[in-house]
Amino acid sequence: MKFFTTRAGTWTGFGAAALVLFGLAPLLLSGFRLGLLAQFLCYAIVAVGIGLAWGRGGMLTLGQGVFFGMGAYLMAMHLKMADAEFRGGPGAVPDFMELAGIRELPAYWAPFASPAFTIAAILVLPTAFAVLLGLAVFKRRVKGAYFAILSQALAGAFAILLIGQQSLGGFNGLSRFRYFFGYNLDDPVNQQMLYFIVAGVLLAVVAVSLQLRRSRYGELLVAVRDAEERVRFLGYDAANVKVVAYAVAALFASVAGAVFVPIVGIISPASIGIVPSIMFILGVAIGGRASLVGPVVGALAVAWAQTALSEQFPSAWTYAQGLMFILVIALLPGGIASTAAVLKRIPTKRATVEATT
Amino acid sequence: MSIALSCKNIEVSFDGFKAVAGVDLDLSRGEVHFLIGPNGAGKTTLVDAITGLAAYTGSVVKDGEELRGRKVHHIARRGIGRTFQTATVFENLTVAQNLDIAAGAGRSPWTLLRRRRHLPQNVVDTMERIGLADRADTPAGVLAHGQKQWLEIGMLLVGDADVLLLDEPIAGMGHDERETTGRLLHDIAVDRAVAVVEHDMDFMRAFASRVTVLHAGAVLATGSVDEVSGDPRVQEVYLGTAKESADAATA
Repeated sequence: MKFFTTRAGTWTGFGAAALVLFGLAPLLLSGFRLGLLAQFLCYAIVAVGIGLAWGRGGMLTLGQGVFFGMGAYLMAMHLKMADAEFRGGPGAVPDFMELAGIRELPAYWAPFASPAFTIAAILVLPTAFAVLLGLAVFKRRVKGAYFAILSQALAGAFAILLIGQQSLGGFNGLSRFRYFFGYNLDDPVNQQMLYFIVAGVLLAVVAVSLQLRRSRYGELLVAVRDAEERVRFLGYDAANVKVVAYAVAALFASVAGAVFVPIVGIISPASIGIVPSIMFILGVAIGGRASLVGPVVGALAVAWAQTALSEQFPSAWTYAQGLMFILVIALLPGGIASTAAVLKRIPTKRATVEATT
Repeated sequence: MSIALSCKNIEVSFDGFKAVAGVDLDLSRGEVHFLIGPNGAGKTTLVDAITGLAAYTGSVVKDGEELRGRKVHHIARRGIGRTFQTATVFENLTVAQNLDIAAGAGRSPWTLLRRRRHLPQNVVDTMERIGLADRADTPAGVLAHGQKQWLEIGMLLVGDADVLLLDEPIAGMGHDERETTGRLLHDIAVDRAVAVVEHDMDFMRAFASRVTVLHAGAVLATGSVDEVSGDPRVQEVYLGTAKESADAATA
């Protein structure tokens, strides 16, 4: 494991991941399975952010669905606008609005006709919201369970808010997208391209997370997680340190939501509320929140297990999920990523005890 | 010998109870200034007030600047460092990482986002000074109890604190470690003001340049070790509480 902390090891790790994602997976998987994998990779992107904020920063972000949803809806609005424009020319109203009897395009929809504006909004809006929220919360030293409850309530409130918005599709959300920046979404080649995009985003997100972890900021973040008061008494504003990690996690979730929409073809309040937010956390916990690749592995494992098991035993999946969680908490508190360390410790435990006494 | 920190008429109350009731205290560079007194005398609360953790009335002035009402991290940046009763270090980080963080409160975001290439020279020097040079890459969590206390003091040194407020720095230390710590305190006090909250009277007698006795939130006496231990009121307080606690123990 030591090897992977060296520069050569890092490149090897990324090279192997790229080989699997860009080489093996498209070769071995059918178009349908590759689409599923693309969807799971979106969850993995969210998980990398949670790993940073929760695993390294100690912030139990139970409401990442909010940022995931923001990115997803922003992208979905653009796709609907583009479809409407393709069908009925500039200023046309998206199809679902016509069905709901909305004849006039709401003013806040208009800018999303622009791809550049949409991409900027996906990158900036959720991140800015996270910064403001983070400042409000962390400056007041809200932390631990209180922060977790707050962020979860936010996810619940956000979903309820969206259900009430007819101009955002209400309970049904936004769906039936035909084009993604001019590319037909029914074309398998374009679907594969989407998979490559999401795989590339995942590698980029992991690289950013790695740099943050290895930087001085990463050390400081761990210090804040373990002894926030001590950091403050050394002259740092600990709240700012946390805000950065929280905002980066929000950015990752937003980008994941944005690529999720063209891949899955629908975004609705049901995919961003409390339950999906907890599913994000579950994957990270199972994979190992403090490690770099643990959250990715966990998110993929949970999503894959959910799909595989619910295909076979639709009603038993929930039990399997609970069992997975219990096993990890009981046997591997550090998640799947800590397996090697735990196995290594077992035979040497006696020896180290003798050596330290 | 110059005054580094000047406290005037500090009062801290919790729900009407005055934990600190009008304390004046000057800390001078070059002195190891002990704050002693029975449990509940307000020693730690006074440190909390100076460092911005507890709200107070009165005034704390350092280098001509009033510090009351400032945030904890602002006060720390003004060169006032403190330790805690239980040594608080970053247990999952190495000794070098602990000190590097402590040395870096003024770093730019750009520096923070990059990897550390070399240890800063003051971190290397400080590791030598606190006797942890050979433990640079040891996680702080596995250090011996006394070594953690030294590390915490070292963290204040690399942060360029020139007023150090140490809360029971020798709690749980063996005899040799106490001697080492006492010498370290005098060594660092050459160009700094060091205040030590302590219960251990032998340690106080051996290493105090000045002593302030607190009782029920007020200053009872200030002076050299001999002056203070000759003061009848101090004797009364200590004998009195000794008797009371003996009674409490038998009750």
